[in-house]
Amino acid sequence: MLLNAGDKTAWLPQQASTIAAEVDSLFYFILYWTVFFLAIVVFFTFYFGWKYRNNRGKGLTSSNDHNTFLEITWTAIPFILVMIVFFWGADSYIKMNIIPYGAMEVNVTAQKWSWNFKYKEGFSNPRELVVPVNRPIKLILQSQDVLHSFYVPDFRVKMDVIPNRYMMTWFEAIKIGEFDIMCTEYCGKSHSEMLGKVRVLSQSDYDKWIEEVNVVDESIPLIDVGKTAYKKYACNTCHSTDGSTGTGPSLKGIWNTIVNHENTAQMLVDENYIRESILNPQKNIVTGYPNGNMPTFKGLIRDREIEGLIEYIKELK
Amino acid sequence: MREYLETNYLNQETTIKSWLLTMDHKRIGLMYLFAIMFFFTIGGCLALLIRLELLTPAGGDVLDRDTYNVFYTLHGAIMIFMFIIPSVPAAMGNLILPVMLGTKDVAFPRLNLASWYIYVIGSCIGIYSIVAGGVDTGWTFYTPYSSTTDTAVISMTFAVFVLGFSSIFTGINFIVTVHKMRAPGITWFKMPLFIWSLYATALIQILATPVIAVTMLLLIMERTFQVGIFDPTMGGDPVLFQHFFWFYSHPAVYIMILPGMGIISEIISTFSKKKIFGYAYIAASSMAIALFGFLVWGHHMFTSESELAALVFSFITYLTALPSGVKIFNWLATLYKGKISFEAPMLYAINFLLLFAIGGLTGIFLGTLSVDIMLHDTYFVVAHFHYVMMGGTVIAFLGGLHYWWPKIWGRMYSEKWARVSAILIFFGFNLTFIPQFIMGSQGMPRRYWQYDGLANTELFHFYHILSTAGSWMIALSFVIMLIYLMHSIKNGKVSGSNPWGALTLEWQTPSPMPAHNFLEEPKITHGPYAYDEVEAERTID
Repeated sequence: MLLNAGDKTAWLPQQASTIAAEVDSLFYFILYWTVFFLAIVVFFTFYFGWKYRNNRGKGLTSSNDHNTFLEITWTAIPFILVMIVFFWGADSYIKMNIIPYGAMEVNVTAQKWSWNFKYKEGFSNPRELVVPVNRPIKLILQSQDVLHSFYVPDFRVKMDVIPNRYMMTWFEAIKIGEFDIMCTEYCGKSHSEMLGKVRVLSQSDYDKWIEEVNVVDESIPLIDVGKTAYKKYACNTCHSTDGSTGTGPSLKGIWNTIVNHENTAQMLVDENYIRESILNPQKNIVTGYPNGNMPTFKGLIRDREIEGLIEYIKELK
Repeated sequence: MREYLETNYLNQETTIKSWLLTMDHKRIGLMYLFAIMFFFTIGGCLALLIRLELLTPAGGDVLDRDTYNVFYTLHGAIMIFMFIIPSVPAAMGNLILPVMLGTKDVAFPRLNLASWYIYVIGSCIGIYSIVAGGVDTGWTFYTPYSSTTDTAVISMTFAVFVLGFSSIFTGINFIVTVHKMRAPGITWFKMPLFIWSLYATALIQILATPVIAVTMLLLIMERTFQVGIFDPTMGGDPVLFQHFFWFYSHPAVYIMILPGMGIISEIISTFSKKKIFGYAYIAASSMAIALFGFLVWGHHMFTSESELAALVFSFITYLTALPSGVKIFNWLATLYKGKISFEAPMLYAINFLLLFAIGGLTGIFLGTLSVDIMLHDTYFVVAHFHYVMMGGTVIAFLGGLHYWWPKIWGRMYSEKWARVSAILIFFGFNLTFIPQFIMGSQGMPRRYWQYDGLANTELFHFYHILSTAGSWMIALSFVIMLIYLMHSIKNGKVSGSNPWGALTLEWQTPSPMPAHNFLEEPKITHGPYAYDEVEAERTID
């Protein structure tokens, strides 16, 4: 079908949700007739320009500045076209906004500069939204700080996330795979690094994942748990591991050093200090970072992951 | 017939004081022209750096995160508030409007000079924000980011507040001048369309600008006294800010584009030697757009407002967009059976027709609710508004600059280089922004410092390379333009009073214009586009 190119095209990304095909058909419908109108404008500009060029010295030009039939035609046809587009667009927009009854619900928290997905089963999964295929998913989005916007191009889903209220949207994935999540409302320094993934699994894989994710695998070395947690909780958007300054202090070489604070006394970087900094980051603000806006990870991060991070920081010499 | 008025508005008095305290609308217009071109250069250089940073997917090639965010904010704020908004009305309008109306000045010359000083003060406050560490909110200043970030938001928003007054002063001046000072014989429907468009613009300027002024003041109060209007942690509503902001900034889009359309009407008629097709329609639609432009602000907020509001705003958006589209057909019909010649201003008019057509047509995508959901805040939007603002307004402004240049200086620029530059801009512009449409619909978000690690990174990289190459082409054509225009001021061929053979009044006075615009009372014997009744005499060589 002309209007529904199916998979990834030159214009649009792959269609990985139920709504995508419909939105794309409308996109192509508009594309075709606007290209047609553009062709008309280009054609007549050059045709008239060529035909009536250097016509000088052939007397006065015509005084015809009005043609009712022509004017009604070129107003009516675009009018009809934009009305088709309006009603079609409104129709699919309403569908996008009616959340199917019985959809699986996931709470989404956006904060500078990471996504966190909270599941009904009582755990949360930062940066990665894992969902089963062919099942409507309702997202209840909230922001901890400024405006963000949840965007998955392959699903044609976008919803602004506004602090102090819940925003809702939904999608139903039709393909198994990984899809990019991006923040599309400017939210400061690391806006372009506020990325995430939707991992769509088959129902059975999803059930398996739910079981596994609640169990902490003791066989993974602590340092690897720490390295994973460092990326998973987006620590890297503010704290570098190579000594370069970011929004927050670098983690390189801080183990067992004495740190000065804006609001409290000097302290030694030890196990308890790191734990405190993750769970209650506003308590001790390191000198030179007076506007530290690190959110708390209390309730998000597991004990074993904190232990892993401590191990990891020890190694960053 | 060669003629160059030896004693003219440029050299009647030559002291610096005579410029700084001038009441002459032409001198004020010229001072505006130099000031806005200065800021255009700054804004343009920032754009080149932004494009350079995006040449590779990884961040940090030339700008770090913070600098990138500050630069794209400054690029937007400088281009919108210090260049585009004053460009056509305050610079071209001041230079030409009173002469077109056959009067010797605007209604309130002192207010006019005050508006220039306010503009300069406002711009300095804005530029001060760079020294104070820069602003990183985007030119839209969305709360609560703008009310909590620790950058110099106050100086930039206060600059916008101050600049608003200069815009309002110009608006008041033009409205009163049009109502009260038209030369005998120029009835409302004998006014050139450029005047109609400036009149409609002036109405929006005085009705809409106070809203942005109040909004900026509220934002400053929010930051200074924590009053809690926009910040949700204090019980405010961040979406309220978006409503306030777009209630001005959407009409402001028409402040930017309407005068450009006016210039295009003048140029197309002059270079086709043809009566403009549908004069009354174009004049009336400018006024209609000015009024209906106030009713569509919500289409900037389809992803943050209620569903019902989105439906209503989408509908009104289409009704408002239609007249702009039909204007393109009017200009095309004006070409029909004309006597067309292709000097530089006409090349810009043709650039405008094609680029503005693309800008307008891509607006259809964005006005469509479900399609906008995926395109909102992507490069598709960036490309769309650059087609309208740069492909539309800036190209029209350049057309007007080349059209009235001989009237302003009495001398002509190099036609050959002007054509080279006009054609180069056309190709450079399309090379820069067509790729942005495609990456936008493919999902590249705007205001991204890096785009590494995405499924589409390779695709985006390819289009970003094209886009950056295009930006260099645009830069090159502006350098060429700067050289031949500056060269022509002293060394250009004498142009004579009416090099294009146009019929509007400004061409019936010598070039450069005398200090009081006309040496004798202008006589109105025909309408502004009566090429079917008279053949105007071209005076070049």
